[in-house]
Amino acid sequence: MAETSLTHTDRMAPRPAGWQGIAADWASDQRAFKNVSWGKAMMWIFLLSDTFIFGCFLLSYMTARISTRVPWPNPSEVFALRIGGSEIPLILIAIMTFVLISSSGTMAMAVNFGYRRDRRKTAILMLLTAALGATFVGMQAFEWTKLIMEGVRPWGNPWGAAQFGSSFFMITGFHGTHVTIGVIFLIITARKVWRGDFDVGRPGFFTSRRGRYENVEIMGLYWHFVDLVWVFIFAFFYLW
Amino acid sequence: MAEATANGLGQHALHTAHAHDAAPVAVADAHQEHPIKLYLVVWAWLFILSTCSYLVDYFGLHGYLRWSLILIFMMLKAGLIVAVFMHMAWERLAMMYAIILPPILVLVFVTMMVFEADYTLLTRIAFFGPGP
Repeated sequence: MAETSLTHTDRMAPRPAGWQGIAADWASDQRAFKNVSWGKAMMWIFLLSDTFIFGCFLLSYMTARISTRVPWPNPSEVFALRIGGSEIPLILIAIMTFVLISSSGTMAMAVNFGYRRDRRKTAILMLLTAALGATFVGMQAFEWTKLIMEGVRPWGNPWGAAQFGSSFFMITGFHGTHVTIGVIFLIITARKVWRGDFDVGRPGFFTSRRGRYENVEIMGLYWHFVDLVWVFIFAFFYLW
Repeated sequence: MAEATANGLGQHALHTAHAHDAAPVAVADAHQEHPIKLYLVVWAWLFILSTCSYLVDYFGLHGYLRWSLILIFMMLKAGLIVAVFMHMAWERLAMMYAIILPPILVLVFVTMMVFEADYTLLTRIAFFGPGP
């Protein structure tokens, strides 16, 4: 805290923009991210590291898919659902995508209402986001069950390259875990908003630090990231 | 766009003036306040782009057309989410480059692994024959 209040004075001077701004902001003896709080900066850096984790998963999937002699199962057929007598390709995945995008939209609006100090709307929108996230996880559980019943295992499947199963369970499993953790934290944060913790500065149960409405935005960053990862999984695993 | 952030700044400064016990670091933290309409428009675009990428599969497009369309829709969606939903468009350039540049460098890794995987495939074909 002492250092941050020291840097506080030099922040009053106008900062240069563009490339000079990058050099000036990164120069020694100062805070690099001028108008971003530590909470937000650290969430971004966590998300950056998470990007590398998912990047490595998708990379290993790419490597496995290129290097196998056995044909890769066609995701369009594997993830098709029989609705009303006809096979509709990838329909479940498409619905899951729309559900997750909708949850991102409600989260963005929750952040907005949070900064307007509209406790009720913020909490309701966050709970709606959590409900959509839980729906997503439920549909993923259905998808996993269906594939496991059809004989997909991490070491093999009835349609082609054995690496299909391991890539699928690893990538979607890790993403689903992220969604689940997000849902839990959404509910915790929504409860805090509803109770007015961020208005009265009530200490958090774990860190004992006062929260601010910015916590909603930080929560939102995580949630949008989960949606972002799904965009890449959808493109590379399901559509490619 | 810039005025939205500036406006948020001003409001926050007002707010912290009242709360003496707030951490001093909070003074210059920019709040992200934008009209709800912006989020709704982005939301609609994400729906449209997702539908488009689904239709690529539905109509069974193949080859380079399929792959380029998938990549274009993917990048547009990712860009909208990061820029607007995650408010990256209103951050300072130092922040943008710190977060966005490192993942782009993963492309170097991708290139390496494409060569490596091709080599593995050739070796497998040489030793085990073309099919299973």
